[in-house]
Amino acid sequence: MTDLTTTYMGMTLKNPIVPSASPLSYTLAGMRQLEDAGAAAVVMHSLFEEQILQESHHLDHYLHYGIESYAEALNYFPEQSSYSIGPDEYLNLIAAAQRALDIPIIASLNGVSSGGWVKYAQYIEQAGADGLELNIYYIPTDPAMTGAAVEEMYVNVVRDVRQSISIPLAVKISPYFSATANICYRLAAHGANALVLFNRFYQPDFDLEQLEVAPHLVLSTPFAMRVALRWVAILYGRVQADYAITNGVRSSVDVLKAIMAGANVAMMASELLEHGLRRIGEIEQEMRAWMEAHEYESVQMMRGSMSQQHVAEPAAFERANYMKVLRSWRPDPAGVLF
Amino acid sequence: MTRTFVTIDGNEAAAYVAHKTNEVIAIYPITPSSPMGEWADQWSAENKVNIWGTTPLVQEMQAEGGAAGAVHGALQTGALTTTFTASQGLLLMIPNMYKIAGELTSTVFHIAARSLAAQGLSIFGDHSDVMAARSAGWAMLFANSVQEVMDFALITQAATLQARVPFLHVFDGFRTSHEVMKVEQLSDADIHAMIDDDLVRSHRARGLSPDRPVLRGTAQNPDVYFQARETVNPFYLAVPGIVQEKMDHFAGLSGRSYKLFDYVGAADADRVIVLMGSGAETAEETVNHLVAQGEKVGVVKVRLYRPFSGVHLLAALPASVRVLAALDRTKEPGATGEPLYQDIVTAVMEGMAEGAAPFAKLPRIIGGRYGLSSKEFTPAMIKGIFDEMKKPHPKNHFTIGIDDDVTFTSLAYDPDFGIEARGTVRALFWGLGADGTVGANKNSIKIIGEETPNYAQGYFVYDSKKSGARTISHLRFGPHPIHRAYLIHTANFVAVHQFGFLERYDVLADAEPGATVLLNAPFPPDEVWDALPRPVQRQIIAKKLKLYAIDAYRVAQETGMGVRINTIMQTCFFAISGVLPREEAIAEIKKAIYKTYGKRGEAVVQKNYDAVDATLAHLHPIALPDRAGSLLELPPVVPAEAPPFVQQVTAMMLAGRGDELPVSALPVDGTYPTGTTQWEKRNIALEAPVWDPEVCIQCGKCVLVCPHAVIRSKVVGEEALAAAPAGFLTAPARWKELPDLRYTLQVAVEDCTGCALCVEVCPAKNKRMVGRKAINMAPQLPQRSQGRVHWAFFRDLPDFPRHDGLTFNNVKNVQLLEPLFEFSGACAGCGETPYVKLLSQLFGDRAIIANATGCSSIYGGNLPTTPWTVNKEGRGPAWSNSLFEDNAEFGFGMRLTLDKQGEYARDLIVRLGDLIPPELAAALLAAEQSDEAGIAAQRARVAQLKSLLEAKRLAHPAPDLQPLISDLLSLADVLVKRSVWIVGGDGWAYDIGYGGLDHVLAQGRDVNVLVLDTEVYSNTGGQASKATPLGAVAKFAAGGKPTVKKDLGRMAMNYGYVYVAQVAMGANDAHTVRAFLEAESYDGPSLIIAYSHCIAHGINMAKGLEQQKLAMQTGYWPLYRFDPRRQAEGQNPLQLDAGQPKLPLSDYIYHEARYRMLLQSNPDVAKRFLDEAQAAINQHWQTYERLASEA
Repeated sequence: MTDLTTTYMGMTLKNPIVPSASPLSYTLAGMRQLEDAGAAAVVMHSLFEEQILQESHHLDHYLHYGIESYAEALNYFPEQSSYSIGPDEYLNLIAAAQRALDIPIIASLNGVSSGGWVKYAQYIEQAGADGLELNIYYIPTDPAMTGAAVEEMYVNVVRDVRQSISIPLAVKISPYFSATANICYRLAAHGANALVLFNRFYQPDFDLEQLEVAPHLVLSTPFAMRVALRWVAILYGRVQADYAITNGVRSSVDVLKAIMAGANVAMMASELLEHGLRRIGEIEQEMRAWMEAHEYESVQMMRGSMSQQHVAEPAAFERANYMKVLRSWRPDPAGVLF
Repeated sequence: MTRTFVTIDGNEAAAYVAHKTNEVIAIYPITPSSPMGEWADQWSAENKVNIWGTTPLVQEMQAEGGAAGAVHGALQTGALTTTFTASQGLLLMIPNMYKIAGELTSTVFHIAARSLAAQGLSIFGDHSDVMAARSAGWAMLFANSVQEVMDFALITQAATLQARVPFLHVFDGFRTSHEVMKVEQLSDADIHAMIDDDLVRSHRARGLSPDRPVLRGTAQNPDVYFQARETVNPFYLAVPGIVQEKMDHFAGLSGRSYKLFDYVGAADADRVIVLMGSGAETAEETVNHLVAQGEKVGVVKVRLYRPFSGVHLLAALPASVRVLAALDRTKEPGATGEPLYQDIVTAVMEGMAEGAAPFAKLPRIIGGRYGLSSKEFTPAMIKGIFDEMKKPHPKNHFTIGIDDDVTFTSLAYDPDFGIEARGTVRALFWGLGADGTVGANKNSIKIIGEETPNYAQGYFVYDSKKSGARTISHLRFGPHPIHRAYLIHTANFVAVHQFGFLERYDVLADAEPGATVLLNAPFPPDEVWDALPRPVQRQIIAKKLKLYAIDAYRVAQETGMGVRINTIMQTCFFAISGVLPREEAIAEIKKAIYKTYGKRGEAVVQKNYDAVDATLAHLHPIALPDRAGSLLELPPVVPAEAPPFVQQVTAMMLAGRGDELPVSALPVDGTYPTGTTQWEKRNIALEAPVWDPEVCIQCGKCVLVCPHAVIRSKVVGEEALAAAPAGFLTAPARWKELPDLRYTLQVAVEDCTGCALCVEVCPAKNKRMVGRKAINMAPQLPQRSQGRVHWAFFRDLPDFPRHDGLTFNNVKNVQLLEPLFEFSGACAGCGETPYVKLLSQLFGDRAIIANATGCSSIYGGNLPTTPWTVNKEGRGPAWSNSLFEDNAEFGFGMRLTLDKQGEYARDLIVRLGDLIPPELAAALLAAEQSDEAGIAAQRARVAQLKSLLEAKRLAHPAPDLQPLISDLLSLADVLVKRSVWIVGGDGWAYDIGYGGLDHVLAQGRDVNVLVLDTEVYSNTGGQASKATPLGAVAKFAAGGKPTVKKDLGRMAMNYGYVYVAQVAMGANDAHTVRAFLEAESYDGPSLIIAYSHCIAHGINMAKGLEQQKLAMQTGYWPLYRFDPRRQAEGQNPLQLDAGQPKLPLSDYIYHEARYRMLLQSNPDVAKRFLDEAQAAINQHWQTYERLASEA
């Protein structure tokens, strides 16, 4: 019998397929369905600090707006006895999921302020999450800000959060670092139990008719996974941390590649959103079939087998590979270049 | 027994007891009583219980008449029932009140007494309403202060249960209903001790029940009605004794003792005034002051006014009284005297006749009027009355507090007389509605009232405008109870929260010498003094004022508070005034912040804390030079070219000096000139739009949507621009019909409110910088002086002729029509006024408008300045407001006049056939007036006719023709087509006025009804109407409205001959224009229901049009037109003008706080409502689709 169990953030998971943060985990019912479909763990949708702040400020603004100006209408709304503003709903969902599900619950936190990261991380731990994934999504648009300062900010966040909670901590980062290996090393050194590679940056599009920037969600493609695949393969064995590959995992082959690169788990959302939760079971079956056919006994056996340390040609992950790829280009047989 | 002190206003005090002592509460909004209903609804929504442990059932009705009916029914079936109302609302209850009293039913109505609409509407306080109800057979108990409101709410409830006579519990609108005061709160035990449960059960037992059936409400005949009417006498005779007994019982519980008539003053007083209501508080303080100075004066505070017990009155009066003055806060034109005066005269005369009066000699009795519409009633006025009473022949039927230079009723008095106590802090705060000044002051009163042994009082004066409104807070704090029901005129602390006020108002006029002044100044401390206008500097030096300054907006910006400087200025007040030690004050402010904002989230609390912490470092004392060196002088209130009435009357009101206007200055019948907003340059916008002609496509959308008509365009010839001022922008006109002309678009920057709707709607983007459009917001101040010059030049440019060259049936062309509704006081970004303005553009020069009471009547007709105006020919909308409930009938009456006068005029043309050329007569009678050209031609014919008739009249025609000629001359103008518009909000059309609206539509006459549907009672602060959608939170629907919006349009369509259109300018402006034109052209009744986004929706008002579009796209607000004329052509009259819904409802509603609030406070219910609402919309859409597709 092929053994699909893996470990991640100190937890033993029945397989390496973990749904990443997405609308699929908005509700308890959604998370139940993920468990029933075979997910090994669930990364909950993200708690956005700015969303909480915005809700709070908006409510305050509209309850204030126009009041105490005109004698006949000193205000416009009845004050409610309480408002569910803040992380309460999210925390309640963690607690409910913890009671209802057997698989580990990994909360996801997307913050904007140093205080916010720590405060909400503590709330999440208290609510009973098995682990916490910090999703650090930061676009350094200030020309005066140096790469070192950005990295320092990341490290400080991880350090502060690590010091404030005891549950396992994963950090999800973007691929846009000058020294990716170094930042991963520093994050792990400051307390990240796992690194989730990589965050998807939802790049804005332009609407030429309306002359507007038009952000819209595009589901990931398998090709997107290659960046993470490369970096996990490079980092495996060098930076001591668990790894998750996310963004572009669409098939059993992708999961297998992720594990061979060195990942403990492969995270997916687009595939499930597009083709349904049944894909978890299908991918698991396909993995088993492939592993049996190729005589892999377990995921553990497979993990890191194609990492940079373990491949025959380590340069394949470095510049040499780049040159080789460029030289491999051949024109279209029909003679059309583009 | 330990009781808590609370700092509340009179409305909350009354509602508190009412909610504790009733089972059913029927409510309807009307200022100033609305908050009582709001409190009751909110408490019941929170499941707060009465003293019997059950939550009162609170039900909004469609009108005050409906509320009274529901109360009557609930009472007749045995429930303890109440309601709250004021003014015209009370008048609508009178028919039921007679019934309730005639049936000896126990109930208390709580009344925030208010003026009645006569020559003009007033929302402010006097006793006109309750005096109009005094014959209905209800007992009337007057409370004079907030504490008395709480106490008397209970005493009346206890008394009515025993007496079986219903009670009006009366207190002064605004002065008491809205005055915030530290009072002792009655406990449940107190209330229960006063309410006899056996009497409650007796009341219940008298209720109708099929188990013990009776019949109540017979029709009686001459044989028995009279006797039956007299059967109630014993009950009325018993009331004074019962009330006194309850007062005595209450005194035993609370220590506060009341009498039916409370006398205060010298035991040997020779002059006594008698009055009731809040003025009695001031009178008592004044009398105490005068007695201490040796004056022999006194005051009788009338508590129980009905049944009027002369015996008790006489018992209260000293035998030494030589002159009695009865003061009425009402006016009864034509009467021999006002009601209280007449009662006093009768009581004294009867007492003297029967030997029951204590006087050796009949005292002289005089009566006077005071304080109408919350007019100030001060110690100075009271002293003036006492001084008059000293005279050998004191004036009777006098007035006090005004200058009556017409019939000379007014008494003179010394306005400088005052009795303010030295130990009292008297603070004035000048703020803007938007800056949070009033809210902060209410917090300060709570802090001082509840956290220190001091007594505290707050009263707030508001502006007449809804945008950029000025507020003045009057706060008193001191170690003794405060009995001063008048504004502060000698302040020892004055805070000016808006630097711009220094140029517009005499903000330091009421600062006493040596007072402290706190100024929010956008300057560094060393520049503040030089920035002050010279007259202000002079006052500061002359009065030796102590000046402090802070750049509060800077602190607010730096701490994330935006434009709210409330907590910053509050911190400054505590720091300077020394009411509390600084550290303690800051701790208390933070406590109050947490209490007020805690449930809105930590972030909100924190930013307020940050603001408090950052304040003191920015607060600076300003050193005063010994002379005023500023070159800045105050600008005139209105420009020199304003007409005389505006110069002499309007300007006084604008300057806050309307109290100084004498009677002779004011119109005798409430008729005012139109077009006066143009003289009030409010300069309230921080940013105003700037036009970019290179990007502009001249579509006219910004002109169409501008709520305040500050963006306008014209098309003129080059020659008209020869004298254009520098920087006046134009572009080649983009009309193929108008070659070689120039287009210009101008902004009245001084009248702009900065709402930015224009920018939002602009479809033209700058191709080099797509973030910029053809119109962009920019700081207003730098635009001001040049903008003023450009606007003046623009206004003088010729308007495009209405009847020559263009057809005004599309948005682009309509922009060239002059709006005859401009610069109103509506909210910035108002969703109603663009429709009103469009009406004025299309039909204004021949429109007569009946306007229901509500937002549109307030921004349309509230003094000092009004927005309806005239064109260069002097034509414009004639506008009037009757009431809230009768507007359809009011407008219908106008139509009847026009129809009758038109018929008579046409008849006269025929009868004067020998005098009028046949071709002219025929043309006049058969005039085609369906377009502007036809109307212009008819105007020319009428002018010709009038000129001809005038000549005939002067030529001495036959005597029998003379009156006919004169009549036709007086009626000829109606031969030009008039456009009757009936305008109002959804509160009127869906609720209180629906019966009348339905009837008027059914009559088939040519009226046009415009419903400005904001889906709540906007003007009274957002109470639910039947237009409120399912799931939206509104006042009176605090838990979300559980039922769907009424489909008014479909109800009207059922007649088959009513034109109906549902429009939303933000969804499709061309459709709106088309619907207005079709409605007006239809020779029958027309109804337009216009989506009007509103501040009460809790939206970013700049996005209002976007919300309208989403409402359409989700299928919530389908656009349609139902035109009966199409039936004659064999077509389906209903045209659905919106495509299939393509978005879920949630995409629309969750941009609005009215929906989000429920999502945040009760997500399960919100989700259920959303599902139900979505299902209802789907069904609604399918129905309309089916109706529109039927053959």
